[in-house]
Amino acid sequence: MTHKFYNNLIVQSIFLMSVLIIVGLFIPNWLVFVITKAIAYGLVALGIVTLMRGGLVSFGQGFVFAIGGYTAGLLGTQAGLTDAVLLLFISFLFTGFVGLIFGPLLARYRDIFFAMLSLAFSMVLYGVLIKIDAIGGSDGFVLPESTYFGILPSSDYADYALYVVSIILTGIVSVLLRYYYNSTPGLIALAVRENELRVEYLGASAFRVTVLNFTIAAGLGGMGGALNGIALGHIDPEFSYWTTSGEFVFISILAGYLSVPAVFLAALLLELVRSFSGRYFPDTWQLILGVFLILSIIYIPTGIGSFFKKFMDKLNKKKNE
Amino acid sequence: MKTFRHCLIFVSSILISLFSVFGSANADGHKEFKLGVVTFLSGPAAEPFGVPAWNGGKLFIDLLNAGNAPAPYDKVGFGGMKITAIPIDESGGATKQVQEFRNLVQRDKVDAVLGYVSSGDCMAIPSVADELKALTVLYDCGTPRVFEDASYKYVFRTAAHAAMDNIAIARYLMGKGYDVSSIAGINQNYAWGKDSWKDFNVSIKKLSPNSEIKNELFPKIFAGQYGTEISALMNSKAKVVHSSLWGGDLQSFILQAKPRGLFKRTQVVFSAGDHVMPGLGNKYPEGVILGARGQYGMMAPDTALNRWFYKAYMDKYGVFPAQPPYRMVQGLMGLKMAIEKAMDNNGGKRPNKDQIATAFTGLEWEAPGGLVQMKLGNGHQAIQPHAIGKTVKDKDGNITITDIVRYSANCVNPPNGIKAVDWIEAGFPGSDCK
Repeated sequence: MTHKFYNNLIVQSIFLMSVLIIVGLFIPNWLVFVITKAIAYGLVALGIVTLMRGGLVSFGQGFVFAIGGYTAGLLGTQAGLTDAVLLLFISFLFTGFVGLIFGPLLARYRDIFFAMLSLAFSMVLYGVLIKIDAIGGSDGFVLPESTYFGILPSSDYADYALYVVSIILTGIVSVLLRYYYNSTPGLIALAVRENELRVEYLGASAFRVTVLNFTIAAGLGGMGGALNGIALGHIDPEFSYWTTSGEFVFISILAGYLSVPAVFLAALLLELVRSFSGRYFPDTWQLILGVFLILSIIYIPTGIGSFFKKFMDKLNKKKNE
Repeated sequence: MKTFRHCLIFVSSILISLFSVFGSANADGHKEFKLGVVTFLSGPAAEPFGVPAWNGGKLFIDLLNAGNAPAPYDKVGFGGMKITAIPIDESGGATKQVQEFRNLVQRDKVDAVLGYVSSGDCMAIPSVADELKALTVLYDCGTPRVFEDASYKYVFRTAAHAAMDNIAIARYLMGKGYDVSSIAGINQNYAWGKDSWKDFNVSIKKLSPNSEIKNELFPKIFAGQYGTEISALMNSKAKVVHSSLWGGDLQSFILQAKPRGLFKRTQVVFSAGDHVMPGLGNKYPEGVILGARGQYGMMAPDTALNRWFYKAYMDKYGVFPAQPPYRMVQGLMGLKMAIEKAMDNNGGKRPNKDQIATAFTGLEWEAPGGLVQMKLGNGHQAIQPHAIGKTVKDKDGNITITDIVRYSANCVNPPNGIKAVDWIEAGFPGSDCK
């Protein structure tokens, strides 16, 4: 069954990716950009979802988001490395490595202590970045235009090129994460969420799983930060500010921890609501956004992902009958 | 199942409302000029900058559309095209602003964007603007780096950058014979505050090499409480205290420092101090030396154009216009002149972006605050004359500004091609201070 499941998963993903890549040619440019940005935010939120499976919520994903963004930015401006794919990959590895260093420290804490400590790290980074004038201080700095395998696309196709890269990237990451979630450590994470003590008695290490989850979350956050920086063409310390981290938490709550695609859908939904309310209600857009957040928490407490799961369960049930 | 239905209704109602609004927003006309206006409508910078600026902008756009502005701005709208303004809130950080900018250009298909108070936003927007080939006017932000670190084709800043504010204050102190043997500063801990303090103390050092720095304080932005800082400034006994605080921070600082006698004991200078005067009224301390980031408000020149604008704003909003509305109107005037010049060059037909950008480069126009010249950054960055004055109580007990000294644009702005910081450190070569 599992084998078939994964085969299906890969086929489905490739199909979905190709559809999205083709659709990207026909949708307006602004939507291409909004989707790219939603993917960047979605990647970070996916990191939080990974942590959520183990019962933890990080209020400080801005920490890795900023590290990823600044890694890509500094490589671009200082080392002259402009290949988007390479920048994303290096940011992923580097931030994952940072996560591996900070993970053991954070993994000793749970609940609000974990959330607050992660928040503290992000705000410390914010404070440091603001003070470094060499990289623009609070104003940040501008990234050079990205290339793709040595080709610099004309400005008409730059957005689309990044869109394609991010779609493919997301497809690969999503499939890999599904593998991970269904693997032994991935399932142990769920058990840790239910009862950590029992997991330890059964001989598994909750600490190790948490570090692993944190490292993965860090890598994803770094990649999201790099993608966001490349898409915007500008990076500033706001990446590490607590309001940015708050958005990631909201996206992951809106999505829930049951489904991977739901995370990206939630990110896209939030981006769209925010941009349209900003456009048509310039004086009261925060109010609209706030009402949207409250309503979605009241009516979809388990997240958009729960619909996906219900739908799939129903489908499977029918098949089995 | 019930929640599922609820949610489906909820999500679809949001999507339907979004698309219905979006669908209805496609009214387009050949005789219309769509202008995105980005300024702070919420958050700490809204009340002191964003809202009064947009009030001034709205007023001026309405007058232009009605053809009621004086010459040379008497043509309806921009060259006969009615202006449709789309206001957008600037709060939310540079990330959000880049996206809003893209939405304005790609979704709303605006013909130009005018905006940005925050330096961070001014750093982030221009590269996107050039990438999208979108005509963009930066009307307020201060950082000199925009055109010093890079060059852009479609981006223009219609107000002088912040170096002028602090150079002029240093010149005022020297020219009026104030004792600058020791100076101290209280500035917010971010780029604006740090740049302002650096420009000021280096300028003072150049003009008076024996001057010594007693105290450099950098409270964090939006701190609101300055008790310890005020004590430190009182104890330092510096002759001059410099500050580039703005908005609520500046108001708090004034209200907390005044009862403790800081303004009586030492000479305080505010590099951007006038915009809280309408709010504070007679609570504003006497004897403070201040700039308005240009010849604005109470320090505006006595020209017909300024009298007209001052009165129009006063009549409509009941307070006098401080720097923010002046700066936005200055930007709108520049854009209008550029469009109309491009239109003339195009035989009276509607010009395209490239033609407007060409006409804008190096343009000069007369604004309520004096002559604006696009001289720096290869014709993309404005310089303008400046004025510094001192607050005093008039015979009715109202706070007003006297001892105003005016500085020509070339006196307090660097020439083209040299960075402001380098120019100050070199001792203002080529400055023309008649």
